[in-house]
Amino acid sequence: MTRYVIAAYVENKYGVLARVTGMFMRKGFNIDSLTVGETENPAYSRITITLEGDDYAREQLIYQLQKLHNVKNVVLMESEGVERELMLIKVRNTPEIRSEVLSAAEIYRGKILDYTTDNLCVEVTGAPAKINAFVEVMKPLGILEMCRTGVVALERGRTLTQNE
Amino acid sequence: MKTTNCKSLTGAEIVIETLIEQGVTDVFGYPGGQVLTIYDALYNAGDRIRHVLTAHEQGASHAADGYARATGKVGVVIATSGPGATNLVTGIATAMLDSIPLIAVTGNVASSQIGKDSFQEINITGVTMPITKHNYFVSDVADLADTIREAFQIAKSGRPGPVLIDIPKDVQTAECLFESTGIIEEIPQKDADDALIEKAVNLINAAERPYIYIGGGAASALSAEDIKALADKIDACIGCTFMGLTAGLGGCFRFLGMQGMHGTYASSMANKEADLVIGIGVRFSDRATGNAEKYASRAKVIHIDADFAEIGKNIRVDCGISGNIKTTVSRILSRCADAKHPEWTAKVAALKEEGRRIQAAAEDAAGDALTPKKIFDCINTAKTPDTVIATDVGQHQMWTAQYASFEAPRKFASSGGLGTMGFGMGAAIGAHVGSNCRSILVTGDGSFGMNLNELATAVSYNIPLTIVLINNGVLGMVRQWQTLFYGKRYSHTLLNRKTDFVRLAEAFGAKACRAETAEELSAALSAALSADGPFLIDTVIDKDEFVLPMLPPGDSIDDIITAKEEAA
Repeated sequence: MTRYVIAAYVENKYGVLARVTGMFMRKGFNIDSLTVGETENPAYSRITITLEGDDYAREQLIYQLQKLHNVKNVVLMESEGVERELMLIKVRNTPEIRSEVLSAAEIYRGKILDYTTDNLCVEVTGAPAKINAFVEVMKPLGILEMCRTGVVALERGRTLTQNE
Repeated sequence: MKTTNCKSLTGAEIVIETLIEQGVTDVFGYPGGQVLTIYDALYNAGDRIRHVLTAHEQGASHAADGYARATGKVGVVIATSGPGATNLVTGIATAMLDSIPLIAVTGNVASSQIGKDSFQEINITGVTMPITKHNYFVSDVADLADTIREAFQIAKSGRPGPVLIDIPKDVQTAECLFESTGIIEEIPQKDADDALIEKAVNLINAAERPYIYIGGGAASALSAEDIKALADKIDACIGCTFMGLTAGLGGCFRFLGMQGMHGTYASSMANKEADLVIGIGVRFSDRATGNAEKYASRAKVIHIDADFAEIGKNIRVDCGISGNIKTTVSRILSRCADAKHPEWTAKVAALKEEGRRIQAAAEDAAGDALTPKKIFDCINTAKTPDTVIATDVGQHQMWTAQYASFEAPRKFASSGGLGTMGFGMGAAIGAHVGSNCRSILVTGDGSFGMNLNELATAVSYNIPLTIVLINNGVLGMVRQWQTLFYGKRYSHTLLNRKTDFVRLAEAFGAKACRAETAEELSAALSAALSADGPFLIDTVIDKDEFVLPMLPPGDSIDDIITAKEEAA
């Protein structure tokens, strides 16, 4: 099992996300994360997908994406590409753990977004491995709530639109 | 848009004009509240486009599908919103699984009513997303004509398939300038890399026991002559998938028929013995390969298909070539060496002989009783090469695949991938409407019960349709599986109905008779095939007839069952 990041350049139209996710369901693909957003061209959106799988799953996922009429281009991201994910995480704000949370946030270059007498909300950005590591640090301190955006990724050098 | 051809039309008129522009001469459908405007536009266009009204939208969808199978053109079906649209679902899925070019036009409630659970509102684009090649919800009349054009392009390009266009009522009534264009071209397919052609040629030149394996994709992209030319040059035998029967290779001495779960003995065994399988326009489905791990384990496999996603999907291949099937095959043909494989030819001849011996033994055991084989002997004698045979799904369908001879292309209309019982009546009607050839529906009493209402359509339009109802009083294929794999526990497969099919057909206004012997059947067929309207022949066989050979699901070819005694 290998982790893959796949980017799809799709028409920015009603129903396109449903077509993509519907295809995943129909073909039995289990996706780890999926993000969608506008691109430099408002007519197109970029879907970034991460999945764990073997060569067969990777190949089929790319092929099946390419078959969808609204999908204009699909690229398997090279492992040395640029990947980022954003996480918001809420922990208790008590004297026992406060300094540990604050120093961990500083070391991970996180930002304190909210500070109340009860809670602390930290924003951490980075590659998924860094986010995972921060989660591990916070776990023993008691995570109240967290959410992650999923991965967005760009390749160094070539662009998706150049490959069309 | 200031040419003389440019005129202001309603959305409904644009639908009809664009269909005509795309070469459509016949549509199938059923009117209803949210397509009234389209039907109103059709009222004025009756001299340019023919509409066939079926008894049920499902029948219309199968008719459009049968039309496409028999002609190679895009079939068109029109239905209203809600239940009209959902009644198309099985027909659309049937076309999807067999890669049949089909356009479904549905009406929907007005845009302002969308999403409010309005009367007869259904999100049919959502419902059909997984069973269409693509679908559209048209929200602006200005996009309508180009959307329909693009739908035709998608339906017929590459690997064909169904496309649905959902049009809300206000878009049908809105007006817009319309200018006719020509028939839209197919999206050109890429030609394969030279290196891949070279690889295939090398595999072919090194082979001693080549087996060409034809699927529906080959049948639609290649002529029988193209296939025979390749087989002759490399001295290969030819087998096919269920869908590959439509290629019409029945008269060719190299042709062994269908392989797989209910394939002929010779074809399945030759597939196993081959050292090279050249799959063209096939998907190596589970019904064809049995256990995919053990499939053709001694052979190298070349896979040629229009759809790149099929390469390596179901089995591992040694050389996968996606793209234009016709140019791929002709490039291979021009480069591979002339070959002679006398040992292989002799081996294949022996397999054919063994297949004949097994069948003859089964027929001898049956004595004078009417058997499926005898029924098809009568049909093959009575029909002409032009006759289209449609079927429903079950034992009668597999017997058709095994015994009916198809000597011309596009003469077989049957639901392969989805296995849709109730497909045949609509398909047989559509096939006749498209080809103007006589059609025979081979069906069973189970399947026929599902959409027999289309007898009304066949009578209304005076379709020269012969229905051979192979009546065994049971759901025969399911019963066969119960016999083999469920300890003869016949759960709900004994029909125990009291239907008198002869009087039923007569009540619809069709001719009908019963045939209990081969002689009676021959006489009935000659009457039916010269009648000018529908004619039903109710013919009775034993409820324990089996479809053999059979390769049990998930097993390999070594587990083939050829005689009933081995099975029971």
